[in-house]
Amino acid sequence: MKKSYQSLEVNSINNMKQVIHRKLGFNILHFCLIFLLAFSTSLSAQNGDAVAGKALFNANCASCHKLNKKMTGPALANVETRLAEDEGLDREWLYTWIKNSAGMVKSGDAYAVKIFEEYNGTAMTAFPQLTNVEIDNILAYTAAAPPAPPAPTPGEGGTANPQNDTNSNGLILGALALLFAILAGALFLVNRTLRNFAEAKGIEVPAKEKSKPLWKAFVDNQFLVLVTAILFLLASGYFVYGYFMQVGVNQGYEPVQEIHYSHRIHAGDNGIDCKYCHSSARVSKTSGIPSLNVCMNCHKSIYEVAPETQSEGMAEYGVDYNAEIKKLYKAVGWDDAEQKYTGETSPVKWTRIHNLPDFAYFNHSQHVSVAGVACQTCHGPVEEMEVMYQYAPLTMGWCINCHRETNVNVKDNNYYTKIHEELSKKYGVEKLTAAQMGGLECGKCHY
Amino acid sequence: MKSIFNITLLALILISTVACKKDSRPNYEYMPNMYESVPYDTYQESDAFANGVEAQLPPEGTISRGYTPFDIENSTEGYEEAKGNFKSILDSTQVDHARGKVLYDIYCGICHGTKGDGQGNLVKREKILGIPSYDDAGRAITEGSVYHTIYYGKNAMGSYANQLNNEERWQVVSYVMKLKSDLEK
Repeated sequence: MKKSYQSLEVNSINNMKQVIHRKLGFNILHFCLIFLLAFSTSLSAQNGDAVAGKALFNANCASCHKLNKKMTGPALANVETRLAEDEGLDREWLYTWIKNSAGMVKSGDAYAVKIFEEYNGTAMTAFPQLTNVEIDNILAYTAAAPPAPPAPTPGEGGTANPQNDTNSNGLILGALALLFAILAGALFLVNRTLRNFAEAKGIEVPAKEKSKPLWKAFVDNQFLVLVTAILFLLASGYFVYGYFMQVGVNQGYEPVQEIHYSHRIHAGDNGIDCKYCHSSARVSKTSGIPSLNVCMNCHKSIYEVAPETQSEGMAEYGVDYNAEIKKLYKAVGWDDAEQKYTGETSPVKWTRIHNLPDFAYFNHSQHVSVAGVACQTCHGPVEEMEVMYQYAPLTMGWCINCHRETNVNVKDNNYYTKIHEELSKKYGVEKLTAAQMGGLECGKCHY
Repeated sequence: MKSIFNITLLALILISTVACKKDSRPNYEYMPNMYESVPYDTYQESDAFANGVEAQLPPEGTISRGYTPFDIENSTEGYEEAKGNFKSILDSTQVDHARGKVLYDIYCGICHGTKGDGQGNLVKREKILGIPSYDDAGRAITEGSVYHTIYYGKNAMGSYANQLNNEERWQVVSYVMKLKSDLEK
């Protein structure tokens, strides 16, 4: 009994010792592994981490390089094997080049000079902060199988599904129509059979008595005719007035533009500020249709939309966004393959939507910069519009209504403090509206 | 039979009136000659010029009002020159970071991020990649280099000379330098 207890104790001590040993062994193994890994990456360097490389590539290289497409710099897919096979350059060359390309060009390295000249003397930014391991990771990413070009199957699937939906809808509707037709036919047949029976049995179906027709009764009642006539005249007057009042009002006008431009994607999904493109709204009378170089600020890099955006466009709006980007390239004269301007441009014929009559003056900067009115106040939820349309009626009544209701921000406007105080006293109000500051005077907009 | 004929006629008339209203073309106007301006409208088509549009570039060699020439050329050497020597026209009293921020957020923040760390909305959504942070050591931007880049563009970035005037450009430059020093803290 005692002995066994002792042995247990001994055992447990032994066990403890064993545990300590195991841990030590594990640590040594761990250390060896780290050492091995570090050794292997720094020397043979064949197996960088492609996942880490992707993040590094996107953060450092992607502004000028794409994997499969020439951009500011050359395409980088399999750059290492390409250099090794075509130029006989090893990874050491790449390390030096990435960390200090300008220095290499200066020192007259043959291939460095060649590539520098091929890209019109655009110097590659130096990346001294990248370690060799990080560069290995990036190279592993460029050597990894390039992401398969957007497979046509999901796109087709995306478009096929709604088609199936509409097909099935049509099928259901057709079946319903057929059902109703059969029902009507059946009723007609039943009716005829019943009549046949009645005839066969010699029962006479009571014929309808000829009563005075309704219209004759109506004409005979002169009071009713008079009331109806007055009602009819009033109703037609109402509609005629309504029709004449909407002449010249283009609310809801939604022309088809030469290049399909989706405000929903640009201003909504991507959250680009209105004034990014319509920059002259800040400083001038017109809000400005952006010149195409503004489009090219982003579309130099974005040469096609994301596959899901493309399939969404095809399915929901019937628009091929990539083809629209090609139209932009054609108009601005951008050769996407060579990444340079050809100089052959053609103006895009945008159709103007918001158009005030010539006798009314309107100034964008006055409203946007001075008053700080949000664009959406007059233009509506543009960030949700796939096709731009006129949201507001742009009639005089509409302008005046807003001038009556909108308070003017007079804070920190020291130059006019005195006049603002006088006006406040005159109207007995705390906050002045645009109308009280003269926003209803005819000559403000008509002269 | 006659009533069926009448009903179809009525329906046809109704349909044709409704069909006449189409949002893809503008409405009728009472007196078009009062609505349409006699001089050219902004961006109007015009046969007065060879390329058929009213909007024209300023003739070569002319200088528009308020224009400040920028003599450094658009090249790698020009960039280096601006980086080294070109200084802001704004003194400390004229720098307005509040205005600079408004302009920066409109024109730059969409890619460079409101903090200047290269994480703008377009980058987060992976539309445009590889936007560097302003504290990037390899680039080591200066006032002059930022101005040169805004004026001419650089690599994938386009020129913003037509969206910002000279003074606004410098406001943005000083705001960028402020973001850079914030990032380096």
